[in-house]
Amino acid sequence: MAKIRVQHEAFDAGAEGDSLSRGRRDVGAVVSFVGYCRDEGGRLAALELEHYPGMAEEEIARVVGEAERRWPLLGVTVIHRTGRIAAGEPIVYVAVAAAHRREAFDAAEMLMDYLKTRAPFWKRAVRADGVVEGWVEAKGEDDASAARWGAAEQ
Amino acid sequence: MRAVYFAWVRERVGKAEEELDPPPTVTTVGDLIAWLSRQGEGYATAFDKPATVRAALDRVHARHEAPIAGAKEVAFFPPMTGG
Repeated sequence: MAKIRVQHEAFDAGAEGDSLSRGRRDVGAVVSFVGYCRDEGGRLAALELEHYPGMAEEEIARVVGEAERRWPLLGVTVIHRTGRIAAGEPIVYVAVAAAHRREAFDAAEMLMDYLKTRAPFWKRAVRADGVVEGWVEAKGEDDASAARWGAAEQ
Repeated sequence: MRAVYFAWVRERVGKAEEELDPPPTVTTVGDLIAWLSRQGEGYATAFDKPATVRAALDRVHARHEAPIAGAKEVAFFPPMTGG
């Protein structure tokens, strides 16, 4: 049921969101989230994302499976881009369809919290002057956000 | 077994993947990290602080105490920073 994509190409967030409810009468809510590459006040030109091919898709599917066990979801779409993503461009997309807004909001938030701490992607920043910086360090606050949803396999 | 490395682990080791043939005394992910850290300067740097290195066995997250027996692919990488 879930649509999971790991790709360099851009995505159309509007079309992806529409496709979760088109032609259906049971969907009462679609919540979507788009994460963008920030320029950090003009300092950064882009982010470079490396990933573990195969495991990235599989780990996202495991996270989606946990959300589906927790809430009665009617559709899930997760798209994560890789490679060089310029400032201002979207990086990640999560959308959840459900009968009611509460489970759609909660599931979308859990998916993002888990994606940040469990999906095998690594970022580094490309400065406006073209210099590639070191790898972005994981943030403790992301672990804390993921921990709010209870014990997870890790 | 096949080993794959990502992000700064890959850069410090100096390769993205390789075949490993550890001795039979190496039974866990943690043992493998300790053994790899003795395989040269790049490995020593990559696995200098084992607690900062995450692992996966056959593309599933694995703790350092996890046994490696039967695994075809082991991966080492820093904590994830996607999303």
